[in-house]
Amino acid sequence: MTWSDELASFLPRFFRGFVITGRLPFKPKVTTLYPEVKRPKPERFHGRHVLNRYEDGMEKCIGCELCAGVCPARCIYVRGADNPPDAPVSPGERYGFVYEINFLRCIHCDMCVEACPTEAITESKLFEWSFVNREDAIYTKAELLVDDEGRPQELPWEDWKPGDERNTSAWLRATSPSGSAASEGQPLWSGELGHGVRPAQQGQSASDAADFPAEFDLSLREMVSGALRGIGVDGSRPSRGRPPASGTEGHNGPEGQP
Amino acid sequence: MGDPLFANGLNLAVWLILILKAVVVFVLVLVSVVFMVMYERKAVAQLGVRYGPNRAGPNGWFQSVADGTKLLFKEAFTPRGADKVVYKIAPYLMLVPALLAFSIVPIGGTVTIAHHTTDLQLANPPWGILFLLMCSGVSVYGVMLAGWASGSKYPLLGSVRASAQLVSYEAVLGLTTVTVVVVSGSLRTSVIVAAQHGGFLYHWNVIRTALIPFAVFSIAMTAEMARPPFDLVEAEEELSGGYNLEYSSTDFMWFYLAEYAALVTNSAIIVTLWFGGPDGPRIAGHSIGPVWWLIKLLIILYIYVWIRATLPRLRYDQLMDLGWKRLIPLSLALLMIIAGFQVDREWGIVAIGASLLLGAVLWRAIDVGRQATSVEAARHERVAEEAGQ
Repeated sequence: MTWSDELASFLPRFFRGFVITGRLPFKPKVTTLYPEVKRPKPERFHGRHVLNRYEDGMEKCIGCELCAGVCPARCIYVRGADNPPDAPVSPGERYGFVYEINFLRCIHCDMCVEACPTEAITESKLFEWSFVNREDAIYTKAELLVDDEGRPQELPWEDWKPGDERNTSAWLRATSPSGSAASEGQPLWSGELGHGVRPAQQGQSASDAADFPAEFDLSLREMVSGALRGIGVDGSRPSRGRPPASGTEGHNGPEGQP
Repeated sequence: MGDPLFANGLNLAVWLILILKAVVVFVLVLVSVVFMVMYERKAVAQLGVRYGPNRAGPNGWFQSVADGTKLLFKEAFTPRGADKVVYKIAPYLMLVPALLAFSIVPIGGTVTIAHHTTDLQLANPPWGILFLLMCSGVSVYGVMLAGWASGSKYPLLGSVRASAQLVSYEAVLGLTTVTVVVVSGSLRTSVIVAAQHGGFLYHWNVIRTALIPFAVFSIAMTAEMARPPFDLVEAEEELSGGYNLEYSSTDFMWFYLAEYAALVTNSAIIVTLWFGGPDGPRIAGHSIGPVWWLIKLLIILYIYVWIRATLPRLRYDQLMDLGWKRLIPLSLALLMIIAGFQVDREWGIVAIGASLLLGAVLWRAIDVGRQATSVEAARHERVAEEAGQ
């Protein structure tokens, strides 16, 4: 290849790069303006804990300390006490007298949620909180407990938007239900005061649920592929709804499934 | 020719006006740096389909003020092995030339202060454009001494590499500047600008010298400022930051400031040398030189950001190859050709012929050298293979 050929093949490519980037400022932006606009969170998101109650206002926690025992970060401190016979706090024999979680230690592994026999402790979708001292980092029982409508309490150093406090129920298995046929199609969420139990997610081995992404995943993928298409890159297009039963046409085709 | 300010000799009023002009230019460069940081971040974000900073102040335009304040309040730290005096001087060696170079830029038109008329240009020395080359030469010392005085390995390696880059491209920068000087017939920036007046675009040096010297000049200038794609000086991957690694707080801020001041100043120099400075059509009978100058400057600055958003960083050997094997011979040939055409058409054609001949010889030499290197490399490989068996 001579130098003139080299130059002749280099220059068009060189300037094409500028054309590609030069068109980008006129495309819709991919940035999410975060505090104003919030993306949907993953369905199994692990946020800060809440202590749940029954419909009649009774606390679910029975002070069994299983959560404290299973906690790998040793951030939970529980002390149970006998229920006073005239004014019981929980339906059982005992109740959680002291319940504290140190959020400077908590790794949000959700093992306390799995361990809990009464679905008392679950993780909400809340994560926008910035405490500035250690006192605030240790959430006491009074701060963790939901109110009569099942809403978590908004503490002074937490910043929510309406709707953030919903879906406080927790996924009860860290592992996927595809491993056990018995748990497929079973709602594996704990109940949520005021909202009931959310519908079950499909197991991975269900034939019509293969590659059935969560709402969050879908919206993210749609946004990214939309942005890529906007700048002229023909990426994969996510399929909303069920994929074709025996389709050999992949979802990666230029005219994928709607 | 000279500034009309000095027509009646020096007196107190003239001195005061000079001081005022110096302060104004100084403030102008500093403000332009604050602006440029935001301009670049906004523009590069737009080129990356993002919004860019949009929180501090109206639409995020105070972000660079916030950043500067943050830098000021950080801990000023001097490494134990550092040469204290040189370590402290180095940032200023980079900052001062970047600020000074702006003084030779003609913004166009005159202004009258207290019956004294003066050009919108701080200094107009007869050796005008050499001052730019001097400034970019001195700023290499800033880079070199900053790395050396830090008393640390990575900054030293970074500064050796950076100063090699800057010195290499200075030759190209000088040679292509000379083509402008040859065409304009003067080193004075005001004369260079005046020589380009008279026809929008047509008389500008970028057209008069047939574009290629400008292309070479702007490549050299980009490398001289260590802007992408020649920003190896930064080297965050391999040298974790380059020559200014050991600097923090105010000293680091001077480097940062110098970098952007150099960007603004050098873009203004490009406008002066190649795009007619404040030259442009009159609007409604009024000469609006400074407005044209500003528009051209903003366009040049945007192109620099555009380049940053588009081109990937060069490798070090590619950088040196481009500088020494391509641009220096090319700029020498261009200088010869343009000088030839200044004398006579025949001389110009002879110069083109001679350049092509010499170019062919050079190409052959580079080719032979490349083959010799590959033969040598193959021999080494063979030897290593035999040693391995």
